Amino acid sequence: MVFLDFEKPLESLYHQLEKIQQVGEEGVLDVEPMIKELETKIRNTRKDIYSNLTGWQKVQLSRHPERPYTLYYINQMCRKFIELHGDRYYADDKAIVGGIGNLDGMNVVIIGQQKGVNTKMRQFRNFGMANPEGYRKALRLMKMAERFNMPVVCLIDTPGAFPGLEAEERGQAEAIARNLFEMAQLRVPIVCTVIGEGASGGAIGIGLGDRVYMLENTWYSVISPESCSSILWRNWDNKELAAEALKLTAEHMFEFGLIDDIIKEPLGGAHTAPEDMAKALKRHIKKAIQELQEMDPDERIEARIDKYSQMGHYERAGEKVEDKPE
Amino acid sequence: MGWFKRLKDGIQTATKYKKEAPDGLWYKCKSCSETSTVKELKENFFKCPKCDYHVRIGSHDYFDIIFDGKYNELFEDLYSVDFLEFTDLKPYTERLKSARKKTDLTDAITVAVGKVKKRALVIAAMDFSFIGGSMGSVVGEKIGNAIDYSLEHKIPLMVISKSGGARMMESAFSLMQMAKTSAKLTRLAKAGIPYFSFLTDPTTGGVTASFAMLGDINFAEPKALIGFAGPRVIKETIKKDLPEGFQTSEFLLEHGFLDFIVDRSELRDRIADMIHLFGY
Repeated sequence: MVFLDFEKPLESLYHQLEKIQQVGEEGVLDVEPMIKELETKIRNTRKDIYSNLTGWQKVQLSRHPERPYTLYYINQMCRKFIELHGDRYYADDKAIVGGIGNLDGMNVVIIGQQKGVNTKMRQFRNFGMANPEGYRKALRLMKMAERFNMPVVCLIDTPGAFPGLEAEERGQAEAIARNLFEMAQLRVPIVCTVIGEGASGGAIGIGLGDRVYMLENTWYSVISPESCSSILWRNWDNKELAAEALKLTAEHMFEFGLIDDIIKEPLGGAHTAPEDMAKALKRHIKKAIQELQEMDPDERIEARIDKYSQMGHYERAGEKVEDKPE
Repeated sequence: MGWFKRLKDGIQTATKYKKEAPDGLWYKCKSCSETSTVKELKENFFKCPKCDYHVRIGSHDYFDIIFDGKYNELFEDLYSVDFLEFTDLKPYTERLKSARKKTDLTDAITVAVGKVKKRALVIAAMDFSFIGGSMGSVVGEKIGNAIDYSLEHKIPLMVISKSGGARMMESAFSLMQMAKTSAKLTRLAKAGIPYFSFLTDPTTGGVTASFAMLGDINFAEPKALIGFAGPRVIKETIKKDLPEGFQTSEFLLEHGFLDFIVDRSELRDRIADMIHLFGY
């Protein structure tokens, strides 16, 4: 088990539990009541810790090394899934995966950023940071989904689009912009869920949809707290402050009306009961698709564009803004 | 030995006799370091008369260059608000206040409608001097309004981008402006109204990755910095020096992301031709 810094009280309790279990195995003492007591203590401590997480702690949870990634969810949710590769122009990006799957009798195209589960795989997946060909592969699959009237499901989990030299040469900005433009007018339903990190243009490049959800312990922001700290505070040490200032948690995003719902995670985070998490995710996605399929495609597209048109906060001059009391 | 000898040390002239050199008379080029008068610079479309370096200018300067004289400003009444109560080293409200005071603008974009050689055009032009031309809710909303205006009056739209990207102080709201502007542009495309995207120095981040790259025609000023990630970030990522001319207009033209580059002195003629050739 991997414990994050704010989970330290849990770590020592688990340590104690392990020791007592060892003693129990020796068979001299009856440790059953002690184990029970400790387990209750663990449950309560966990509840305490998780009932009041800060923005930064949620960022840490969203990056937990044991957290399930896109392919895990796909395999849990779909009885059948064929992964499809390549953008047909340049390459196959390993940081974005996609394919056709069967969601309880419903055929869908699923696309998502994929992170690696160990050091080697993390490099192979480029840490979930896609290049332009990743976004173009996603778009190719979405256009295919449109031709065959299959809903599109996007799972977002990225620390950002890759800021590399070749990415610029091949038009990272154009690839993301094109996806936004095409997703806005795609004729099939699009359901997006942030399952881990939702960083900036890299996230929204597969994140424009009729419904956008976030898992409880994820974040969505215009910039990562670290980069925000380095730009606005001019050092890397204010990431906690930046995470608070950016108001990047699922609760904030829901409160602002920028996402449509929050999907609860098991106590302790998605990684503590990944199968339950996948079930909850599937339930939400299926329900959304069923609702969206009731709508006429043109009506759905108009509603989608209208939804995004309303996002923003500003005031009109008449409403007086400059001398707002502070 | 010199002809003159200084008899007393220090400056002897009383302050009241000091002669001030008036400000704003001279311009020293950032590129070639040559000096010219501001008058010469203005007459040369704010390009250095010696080396043609395109000086960064504001929205109203572009309106003066492009439109046939007069134009009408639109949607002037929109103001940014500090909805998130964002404070870094300075509260966002303070940044807004000082930017408004410094620039005499309401936000980082100004929209106007006017005529270019008698053909109507809506222009939304960004101002880099206002918090780095960053895109927040007001920039997104004004572009949205400009799109609606173009649709309603069947007038082509041009956006002049000049921005460091999204405005961090509006966090996810600024991010969503990428989706908002791109989504609204689909309506313009569907109605068959041309959208010209003009990229100027600098155009980076969320602005490039949304409306700036979505023009029916994408064109740029010479030697402008255009990219997704900033050069410093890329350099830190790849831990190598960046090649000469990386992320310039010429680089983007070479890689197929721009239709052409236009010198500011030919901008007005080119735009008039574009409107004409699209049948408007």
